[in-house]
Amino acid sequence: MSLERFINQAVSSWMSEEGPDSDIVLSSRIRLARNFENYKFPTLFSHEEAQSIILKMEEILRESNFTKFGQMELLKIDDIQPLQKRVLVEKHLISPNLAEDSPYGAVLLTENEEVSIMINEEDHIRIQCLFPGLQLTEALEAANEVDDWLESHIHFGFDEKHGYLTSCPTNVGTGLRASVMMHLPGLMLTQQINRIIPAINQLGLVVRGIYGEGSEALGNIFQISNQITLGKSEEDICRDLKGVVSQLISQERSAREALRKTSNIQLEDRVFRSYGVLSNCRIIETKEAAKCLSDVRLGIDMGYIDHLPKNILNELMILTQPGFLQQYAGGHLRANERDIRRAALIRERIKMESDKR
Amino acid sequence: MICQECNQRPAALHFTKIINGEKTEVNLCEKCAQEKGEMFMINGGSGFTFNNLLAGLLNIDPTVQKQNQNTFHQEEVLQCNKCSMTFPQFIKVGRFGCAHCYETFKEQLPPVLRRLHSGNWSHSGKIPKRIGGSIHLKKQVENLKNELKELIQQEEFEKAAKIRDEIRTLEKELPSSSKGGE
Ligand SMILES: [Zn+2]
Ligand SMILES: [Zn+2]
Repeated sequence: MSLERFINQAVSSWMSEEGPDSDIVLSSRIRLARNFENYKFPTLFSHEEAQSIILKMEEILRESNFTKFGQMELLKIDDIQPLQKRVLVEKHLISPNLAEDSPYGAVLLTENEEVSIMINEEDHIRIQCLFPGLQLTEALEAANEVDDWLESHIHFGFDEKHGYLTSCPTNVGTGLRASVMMHLPGLMLTQQINRIIPAINQLGLVVRGIYGEGSEALGNIFQISNQITLGKSEEDICRDLKGVVSQLISQERSAREALRKTSNIQLEDRVFRSYGVLSNCRIIETKEAAKCLSDVRLGIDMGYIDHLPKNILNELMILTQPGFLQQYAGGHLRANERDIRRAALIRERIKMESDKR
Repeated sequence: MICQECNQRPAALHFTKIINGEKTEVNLCEKCAQEKGEMFMINGGSGFTFNNLLAGLLNIDPTVQKQNQNTFHQEEVLQCNKCSMTFPQFIKVGRFGCAHCYETFKEQLPPVLRRLHSGNWSHSGKIPKRIGGSIHLKKQVENLKNELKELIQQEEFEKAAKIRDEIRTLEKELPSSSKGGE
């Protein structure tokens, strides 16, 4: 398969489309956790209960025509090939938990992959909406519509005091997890991030790099999400998160401007060195690829590089994950083979854009 | 301890995973953890070390521990009659067994929930439509009353009067039993 066709098939809308503030915000995600009334939670439920939940979901899908977000398809985890599962994880459409440990799991997907509904993960139902750029309100609205649709067919566990009852007490209440993925190279380079993260944590929000709080983020990408799900309304949770994200955006923008003023040539050098690595490497590990992609993306945002599309970072961060690399290669790859394939894919992708000019 | 993934390097990361109520110890070297980490990173990392974290968090909570001991001293351990989860079990696993557990453990939950949700222990978000209008109204009245208090504090009396009228109108719609004492 040609790279171009592969990419067109592999890339979901949140990766390819540009959303508001997409120079800094890669994506916005809303997740709602819901559970069937009178069924045990997935940690304890029986084989029969698990099956009947899937059957009920299939029935709802057959009998009601909810097509607001496009046609939906239900996939049972057991029927999906391991490699395909991994690709779904890498696309953020299912969780690693569902892929690895849920024999009775399933996922409902819309065509454009904006909406996915995980079934029998930690909770019976997890509605997820993933939008490009900063679109928390839009994503919440979409998730609410999906929730209303399901609620008209299912009695979800709910009580007046605790709200939506979830398997884990950290999700009870709204069942809402709102997260925003941000690219913050300016705050990293100016070393402000270490000061900012603790401040954000104090506001009841969680910041994650690759290994969680405080540690190095792969490719300068951070995910910021709410920690509290109880005692605040869905709108308040999103508004608070959005407030912090907006502040981060403006701080990141001023950091970039400061860098341009104080160390323009050093920054340009860094960007083009990374560009050089990406367009010439023959072996590259995830970590180095992520670092270089972050530099190049910054170079695009700051106008040093003008022949590459903005979304190349999102796209290549996803496409160079093990699942995608193996799918593109058409078979299993060992770690060192993946490093070679990763280098080739990145080179080809950059060449593809250069050829377009 | 040797890494369970590559069986070569010494394990640097240790954590517990809980799947279907069963606990598994996971020991990985940094390199393998990083490879796994790729997967966890892109999915936000939730569910990875979380069980462990929660159990730890709840166990160090002195109020919970105390209640925990109290429960042990009682003749019967508090247990959910729908799913058989006991309170000590819940603290250990960090997961409820079913929705009814919330009812079973309702006396024990406020300190746990407060700790996890910055002092909050009661829901003020979305309500399913089928639960009906009266809860909606009650919540709406509650919210308006809070707003009223704030407006009075800020001496915004004109706005406050408007809110007060709104509350009166809404309260007329409430069934008399659920008006709540004041
Ligand atoms: Zn290892
Ligand atoms: Zn129970």
